[in-house]
Amino acid sequence: MSILVYTENWDGKFKKLSFELISYASEIGAAMNMPVVALSIGEVAQDELTKLAQYGASKVLTFNDSRLTHLVTRAYAAIIAQAAEKEGAKLVLFAHNNAGKALAPATSVKLKAGLVSAVTAVPSSMDPFIVRKKVFTGKAFANVMVKTPLKVLTLSQNSFGLVERPAAGTTEAFNAQLNDADFATTVKEVAKVTGKVLLTDAEIVVSGGRGMKGPENWPPLEELAALLGAATACSRPVSDEGWRTHHEHVGQTGKIIAPNLYFALGISGAIQHLGGVSSSKCIVAVNKDPEAPIFQAADYGILGDVQKVLPDLIQAIKELKAG
Amino acid sequence: MKILVCMSNVPDTTTKIRFTGDNKSFDAGGVQWIINPWDELALTRALELKDANPALFENISVALVGNASTEPTIRKALAIGADNGIRVNTEPADSYYVAAQLAAVIRSQPFDIILCGIDSSDYNGSAVGGMLAELAGLNVASSVSSLDVENGSLVLKREIDGGTETLGIQTPFLAVVQKGITKEPRIPSMRGIMAARTKPLQVVEATREEALTEFVTYELPGVKAACKMIDPENVKELVNLLHNEAKVI
Ligand SMILES: Cc1cc2nc3c(=O)[nH]c(=O)nc-3n(C[C@H](O)[C@H](O)[C@H](O)COP(=O)(O)OP(=O)(O)OC[C@H]3O[C@@H](n4cnc5c(N)ncnc54)[C@H](O)[C@@H]3O)c2cc1C
Ligand SMILES: Nc1ncnc2c1ncn2[C@@H]1O[C@H](COP(=O)(O)O)[C@@H](O)[C@H]1O
Repeated sequence: MSILVYTENWDGKFKKLSFELISYASEIGAAMNMPVVALSIGEVAQDELTKLAQYGASKVLTFNDSRLTHLVTRAYAAIIAQAAEKEGAKLVLFAHNNAGKALAPATSVKLKAGLVSAVTAVPSSMDPFIVRKKVFTGKAFANVMVKTPLKVLTLSQNSFGLVERPAAGTTEAFNAQLNDADFATTVKEVAKVTGKVLLTDAEIVVSGGRGMKGPENWPPLEELAALLGAATACSRPVSDEGWRTHHEHVGQTGKIIAPNLYFALGISGAIQHLGGVSSSKCIVAVNKDPEAPIFQAADYGILGDVQKVLPDLIQAIKELKAG
Repeated sequence: MKILVCMSNVPDTTTKIRFTGDNKSFDAGGVQWIINPWDELALTRALELKDANPALFENISVALVGNASTEPTIRKALAIGADNGIRVNTEPADSYYVAAQLAAVIRSQPFDIILCGIDSSDYNGSAVGGMLAELAGLNVASSVSSLDVENGSLVLKREIDGGTETLGIQTPFLAVVQKGITKEPRIPSMRGIMAARTKPLQVVEATREEALTEFVTYELPGVKAACKMIDPENVKELVNLLHNEAKVI
């Protein structure tokens, strides 16, 4: 019996969420006396693989094939399902991101395992197996029972955090049987967003809304983000207007994020916007309207003109950084 | 080519969420039901493709797993422009159950392209599309943000967390669509609403399937502490609080 975790890398480096998943698995594993096995697909160097042991993975399975540099859903799911069978996994874990949303459903069907997605906590009970998930786009939670012996979960990002629990880890090459049909979908071209903090991976996000008035007002927002090592984001109308790329749009119909700190600058805080950001640990709102709903969701607020507040904020952070 | 758009029937996105009976079920009292926003965009995109390439796309169907109370939602899809509707007459028990019902539908009437949304705004499963593709053994493209016809062939793009990929895929396939697939949902015209009344809506009985999961209870998030307001003339205080109190910078 074991817990299998699919760990995702970006250009050979594990995403933060992979370490979070191992941390989450190790917490369950420690309570249930089950080892945590990580599965890594693609090219990842040994010293990077070793990092997984830091969070509690006692074994790392690796699978490398030149056809798998991109996510090929059917092939990846076949590898994961075979690894789960080989390791006698009772629980298979994914992140609730684009890759996890593609792989978890396919894996769950292959293994005839019940799936709970967007999970936010460790199971409240193992037998019967009950776990909490987000529903109604962050407006509520549900406790879901899984009736099958094997379970598949996707974990909402940043809902558990990173917890070190060093284990003596080993690395092993894994060999899965794949068919040509598994490779029917191919990737012809890739356009990567480079040189920036990945929005879905960022600890701090600085986001602007229509209250920013126009794309020409973004430089101070970008300066603030750069100072904090933050990613930039925006509300839907801002990306619809073409002020910012659609990669930055957060909310119910955009990216769902859960950073430690979210700055909502000139954003009204419509329910569909909050659907994508309400899981942030701390929300700061700057808005000139005291009735703006964002103040209901925020932890800290400034009632004022964002154009005036931003330079002061940048100055104050520079002072903090200078000690 | 024939396109099938799978749709779920969900509460309007502005609905105030409440539960009843010891928090064991969703309180549907007074709720406005709509086509799941992603599915409405998927349908809109399918119609745009058909309008632009009438020789290529012959028919657009919609399918919904739900009881009779969901028919107004299917009629709305017909009013927007779908040619016909299919309703599997059963209560959707969980993602696997729904996917298995849809798999039975496409086994009896094949389609070239099947579109699902990335997530239903009610139970946020993000699962039915991926499960259906696996159950039906279909080629699958996840997180699809654009679907186009270029020189007579289909071009798909998908989002990865940090970029966009262009895919090569053969029909029949299933695409799970998300943001970008089209901008605004199409709104029914008066003529569309009239026409929808007489468009075919086929009701099929459910196949016997077991749900793999069960929703036991619900919870609303705890009441949030009031927002701490900071004087706009004293932004330093905010930075101080973020550093020392919230410990996030
Ligand atoms: C089905 C559906 C899905 C949706 N999905 C999303 C989504 O995913 N993400 C999303 O963001 N929206 C989404 N929306 C749109 C959403 O309802 C709102 O319209 C949108 O979030 C508003 O964006 P905003 O706050 O930038 O603009 P506005 O609502 O126009 O708000 C601008 C704010 O800026 C403030 N302001 C103006 N000037 C200043 C100034 N000088 N200084 C400080 N503050 C100022 C104003 O007081 C106001 O509160 C969706 C809507 C629907 C119907
Ligand atoms: N009851 C249903 N009937 C038909 N299609 C559905 C149903 N529920 C979900 N879907 C499809 O699956 C997608 C994802 O839903 P879910 O997995 O429930 O989040 C939706 O956008 C629809 O395309």
